[in-house]
Amino acid sequence: MTAASTLVDTDPSPSLDDLFSDIKPALSHRQAVIESARCYYCYDAPCVKACPSDIDIPSFIASIHHEDVNGAAETIYEQNIMGGSCARVCPTEILCEQACVRNKEEECAPVLIGLLQRHATDNAVFPDHPIGRASSTGKKVAVVGAGPAGLSCAHRLAVLGNEVDVFEAQSKAGGLNEYGIAKYKLTNQFAQKEVDFILGVGGITIHYNKALGKEIHLTDLTERYDSVFLGIGLQDTRELGLANESSIGVLNAVDFIKELRQANDIDQLDVPRTSAVVIGAGNTAIDIACQLKRLGTEEVTLVYRRGEADMSATDHEQHIAKEHQVRIKTWARPVEIRADANNHVSAVRFAKTRIDNGKLMDTGEFFEVACEAVYKAVGQSLAYPADETQLPDLGGGKISTMDNFKTTISKVFAGGDCTGVGQDLTVEAVQQGKLAAMAIHNYLTGSEGN
Amino acid sequence: MADLTTVFAGIKSPNPFWLASAPPTDKAYNVERAYEAGWGGVVWKTLGEDPAAVNVSSRYSAHYDGNGNVSGFNNIELITDRSLEVNLREIEAVKKSWPEQALIVSLMVPCEEHAWKTIVREVEKTGADGLELNFGCPHGMPERGMGAAVGQVPEYVEQVARWCKMYSTLPVIVKLTPNITDIRFAARAANAGGADAVSLINTINSITSIDLDQMAARPIVDGKSTHGGYCGPAVKPIALNMVAEIARDPETASLPISGIGGISNWRDAAEFISLGCGNVQVCTAAMIHGFRIVKEMKDGLSHWMDSKGYNTIADFQGAAVPNTTDWKYLNINYKVVAEIDQEKCIGCGRCFISCEDTSHQAIAITAQNNGTNKLEIIEEECVGCNLCEITCPVDDCITMVKRDVEKPYLNWTQDPRNPHREAS
Repeated sequence: MTAASTLVDTDPSPSLDDLFSDIKPALSHRQAVIESARCYYCYDAPCVKACPSDIDIPSFIASIHHEDVNGAAETIYEQNIMGGSCARVCPTEILCEQACVRNKEEECAPVLIGLLQRHATDNAVFPDHPIGRASSTGKKVAVVGAGPAGLSCAHRLAVLGNEVDVFEAQSKAGGLNEYGIAKYKLTNQFAQKEVDFILGVGGITIHYNKALGKEIHLTDLTERYDSVFLGIGLQDTRELGLANESSIGVLNAVDFIKELRQANDIDQLDVPRTSAVVIGAGNTAIDIACQLKRLGTEEVTLVYRRGEADMSATDHEQHIAKEHQVRIKTWARPVEIRADANNHVSAVRFAKTRIDNGKLMDTGEFFEVACEAVYKAVGQSLAYPADETQLPDLGGGKISTMDNFKTTISKVFAGGDCTGVGQDLTVEAVQQGKLAAMAIHNYLTGSEGN
Repeated sequence: MADLTTVFAGIKSPNPFWLASAPPTDKAYNVERAYEAGWGGVVWKTLGEDPAAVNVSSRYSAHYDGNGNVSGFNNIELITDRSLEVNLREIEAVKKSWPEQALIVSLMVPCEEHAWKTIVREVEKTGADGLELNFGCPHGMPERGMGAAVGQVPEYVEQVARWCKMYSTLPVIVKLTPNITDIRFAARAANAGGADAVSLINTINSITSIDLDQMAARPIVDGKSTHGGYCGPAVKPIALNMVAEIARDPETASLPISGIGGISNWRDAAEFISLGCGNVQVCTAAMIHGFRIVKEMKDGLSHWMDSKGYNTIADFQGAAVPNTTDWKYLNINYKVVAEIDQEKCIGCGRCFISCEDTSHQAIAITAQNNGTNKLEIIEEECVGCNLCEITCPVDDCITMVKRDVEKPYLNWTQDPRNPHREAS
């Protein structure tokens, strides 16, 4: 390549970071000042009641408005130590921003709470960790899983004066923030920066590549530690239960997203060139469909067995999919995966569906979508390791917890997606981790209320 | 279409909007641009004796509202820093080119008969329409015995007004300083001195803000500062009150008033005129947005007058004066209470917390199942203070509604609860 050629941008393969620029860019200082002035500083504010992690939203927005960005960030971190990632990944359109009273005015435009929270957490600069630690309790707690629930729990335990060992099956902490969230929502290694920030409180040690049932066992942990918190998330993906499901090109969406999130170069990824089918209707289905479009797949068809109103992906997420020119096909369920002579997927055959007397029925019509790849995003489930002997009881496929996040095993608490509480949102996992930490602390220090 | 032409203290102008004596009227270039934009008149920036004043660098500062808009403006600029000769020559030329527009010349010289006699005669030769005596400038000039230092002493005001009337045939407008305890004394003095009109308010002594890094007030001149003169929307309430005081005073009730103080749009102008002003003068709004704002001001005033059936400015001039009275004449038996339009209420709770913490605990808040709150007035507790209406962010959601108490008009001078009531 000659020097002259660098004057013109002729690079045919843009970098992954270029393809996955921030879908919701940060506010400028001026935008934040204007937006914060829109907050009515409601009393007993509906946005706070809608926030799963109880952030005092009017207070932090007022601090931004009065140019005390550190004060704003402290208010957020007091309740939610992962306020930075929640600001980026929270479905604010069904939480705080949906509750904002300004939706009810003629302009019908909520205060951009998520972006203001990001402004505070991105721009605050603390000489030390903003939340100090209480004096030592002398207690040690094991946290299994360094996802949002586990990190939040570890942080609050450390703040309350406990020592925490976190055991993580992967080689990085962050859980879905690192491995599962769409690349355009958490850019610039944000998940890792946030982990570093959380660890800055002190008293937390993360042990990587330590998976439950392999390198660590619950019985050992309960012996060695005063208490154990399980924040192990969901590991398994649901199957479609169709013939040829194991053929080449039929993939789990979460596996592909994980690969994409860890890839440094587009060439490391196997991206379908002409067509892909995504099966599912949750945010993961939307994420994979949009990311495939950004990676260059020409036709991406997302198929869901019910209507748009039934999709668990929010309207906002569906809108993002449409903006990415993802074709959304509703009222159809896959009945057969077709593979070619090389056992490579070639098409998916669908049965059209309808609701009859409240039940989902086939209409008797069929159609086929030719594709190079199929991505399954029909939900994840909890899978206990096979050779782990003693584990808490399950209910509805997830870990049963009582009040105060206690499991059926003494000293063992649980929270986040692996339990049956909430809708498996990141912000809920953070909240459950925090509340579980407080429950564990009360349990350990004997101040448990009865 | 309403007729906006005015004759103020004998000075004709195509509309009631004049530019106040200030930086925007410093020289021919600006003044001609103002006339081109449609201003009815201009008060030329204050002339003084030679040698001309010298200004410092860094001259203005502002007080901002929550959205970053300028609500108050502060300056430490002195009177013209150009020679008298240059100003007089330009004034003459501009007046020749713009015969229909009013051109008034603001003046400030030492409190000596000779000085005033000399300058008013010079100005008269230019063909200008009138004189405005700057007795208001609160910064810099008072340290030299001029500006507000004169305006604060009614005897000086009367004396200088008399000299000017004696040595000039032009209408004389006395510009009053608000940096005084009772504006009526200065207005009465101007009237007694034979002034044809007063204009008010000049700027208010002010410090707009402190730079907390440099620990100095703004505007900063090499690490130091001094108080300036405050104007802009924030001073409008003070100006309106002072205008009303003069309009209500029997001694000055017929003295023409040129209203000044934060006038930014047609509505502000209409308010000053309704309190008795014959025209208005504008500065800060033009300094923030440029001379073009006069178009919307004229259009707005004219459309509003049409909607009210007012054909001329005189039709509503002073209409609010009779309704501006002393507290003791207000009707004690009048009662309003707040009413919340539940259809419009967005549930922000601002009315509740302000009433609960700082007023009369007259609003009930009830949590709803959907996470919002319902706000309701407890009428027995409501004193009709307007606080909830003020704090409510939604237009016409909270309104103050009259309650018929079936009692006749009764004021404090008649009220049996007043131990000093007048005998009936």
